[in-house]
Amino acid sequence: MKLGFLVDLNLCMGCKGCEIACKVENEVPLSTWRLRVKYIDMGTFPDASRSFTPLRCNHCESAPCERICPVSALHYLENGIVNIDSERCIGCAGCMMACPYGAIYMDPETNTADKCTYCAHRIESGMMPACVVACPVEANIFGDLEDDNSHISHYIMEHRGAVQVRKPEKHTNPTHFYVGGGNQTLNPLAHQRIEGFSLFNNITHLDHVGDAHHGILDRFLAPFVGHEKLDNTSLIESATAADSHEEKGGH
Amino acid sequence: MVESTIHATQAVVTLDVPIQGIVWGSIITVNMWAKSIGTGVVFLAAFLWFRHKKEDMPNLRWVMPVIAFLALNIFLLFTLIDLHQPYRMIHIFTHPHWTSSITVGAWLASIFLVLISIMMLIGIADKFPGIPYKGCKLTAFGRKISATYEKIFPFVVFLAIPVTTYTAIIMAQSSARELWQAPTEVMQMMWAALLAGSATLSFVSSSWTQEARKDLALILAISTFFSFTMYMSEYFFSFKSSEAEAVLAFVHAGGKYSIEFWFGMVLGFIIPFFIAVGNMKSDNQTLLKFAAILALVGLFLVKDVWLKIPQMLPLS
Repeated sequence: MKLGFLVDLNLCMGCKGCEIACKVENEVPLSTWRLRVKYIDMGTFPDASRSFTPLRCNHCESAPCERICPVSALHYLENGIVNIDSERCIGCAGCMMACPYGAIYMDPETNTADKCTYCAHRIESGMMPACVVACPVEANIFGDLEDDNSHISHYIMEHRGAVQVRKPEKHTNPTHFYVGGGNQTLNPLAHQRIEGFSLFNNITHLDHVGDAHHGILDRFLAPFVGHEKLDNTSLIESATAADSHEEKGGH
Repeated sequence: MVESTIHATQAVVTLDVPIQGIVWGSIITVNMWAKSIGTGVVFLAAFLWFRHKKEDMPNLRWVMPVIAFLALNIFLLFTLIDLHQPYRMIHIFTHPHWTSSITVGAWLASIFLVLISIMMLIGIADKFPGIPYKGCKLTAFGRKISATYEKIFPFVVFLAIPVTTYTAIIMAQSSARELWQAPTEVMQMMWAALLAGSATLSFVSSSWTQEARKDLALILAISTFFSFTMYMSEYFFSFKSSEAEAVLAFVHAGGKYSIEFWFGMVLGFIIPFFIAVGNMKSDNQTLLKFAAILALVGLFLVKDVWLKIPQMLPLS
């Protein structure tokens, strides 16, 4: 069995239902994402269009993150999923350096690397990933790539020649495919990221890796003197205390 | 493919999450910089003992392992503090994953440090018998195994090669960062070690013969020249991939990374090169030490830029 994902970008309407479902299912902390939907506008008025691209871990067959992980925290499951063991992770961020898709983040609550696991815990119980269930237009297609009768295999056969992966030149052999994508949507260098040029928020770089309130000394002292437990509520409080949404250029 | 350029499509991200900034920052720069010193002094000692009599560099036998020991401990300390779970560093030894160059490097560096520690013990015990006090069993043991120093030194020199270059393999395994994928990274690490080693040893070379110091200046001149040449090759031949080109735009287009990079080039490579060349004829110790300071500062600046700029690029 080799599980894979396919997103039909012709069907995706950018509702972000999958993004929210993922956040809820996996309790992904604020400021981090396992799955996100990126909006890209193309052309100039009146000849303009908008595309929506869901982005998640590609569960590569030749995963650079698995190769560089010094302690096998990132490992393959028998079904092809690239899973992560947060108890073993040492937080070296090597995987974040290796992943060509920027799909791995440092969890601010655990200070370990984390990423999409194709909802491995749900699959183990015979359920579909949360994002697949939430998609109202069935743009997310998930299944066994080695089963010729699976929905995903049929979809790939039907769209032969139009199925793409991100960054094929990296030789990572992703098991995550796109139909209806183009260079503008799949290549991060084919579109501009202009600061402040956004619908609802500024597009900025994160100003911290992992827990912003967990400095170098805290990392050493926390096991002995304890550390304030970080959750989404405290993250909201610290964010609102720092500066208001308007000050950040929001609408 | 003019039809898919940003100019043609006017493609702009209009809604997305904030992306990761610099993950490996100046802590990792210090890590690489200190490792260059730690292994560089070993290479230089091997070269100098090959070319000269031991009496020409009377303090080298004990001062080299002391410098290497200090630099390697700084390197390991900064490796540790960069981890988000520092106490789990032990997992590298209890659950090693051998495809990872981080694992291989950690093991090699640890073995290297053990050997350097033995050499330091012997070097100090032989030179300063009364330290830390008369009758100390540890230094007595060091004197007892004095001959081991010369026996393990060839292995230490051999081991210094992978310890120097494994960081380049880590960078190669960081396949998301195209700028680090160049095969020249390995040689850059070697030149950095020779540069750092020759620069550091120049501070303790006052009691050496003029000929030995000339060789020190020679290595400094060669390493600064080749380091500069290799960085310039990378800088001008950036068309190897669109990603590398986009990364180097952070240096080409001006701004703080451009200033840091050119400061490093001029301070760290160009000025020390000319001073070192001049010093091969006229033995001016003050100037050589000045060049050494510049080279070490410049090396840090250049490594810092090279580490950070590939992380500025959005990956998805």
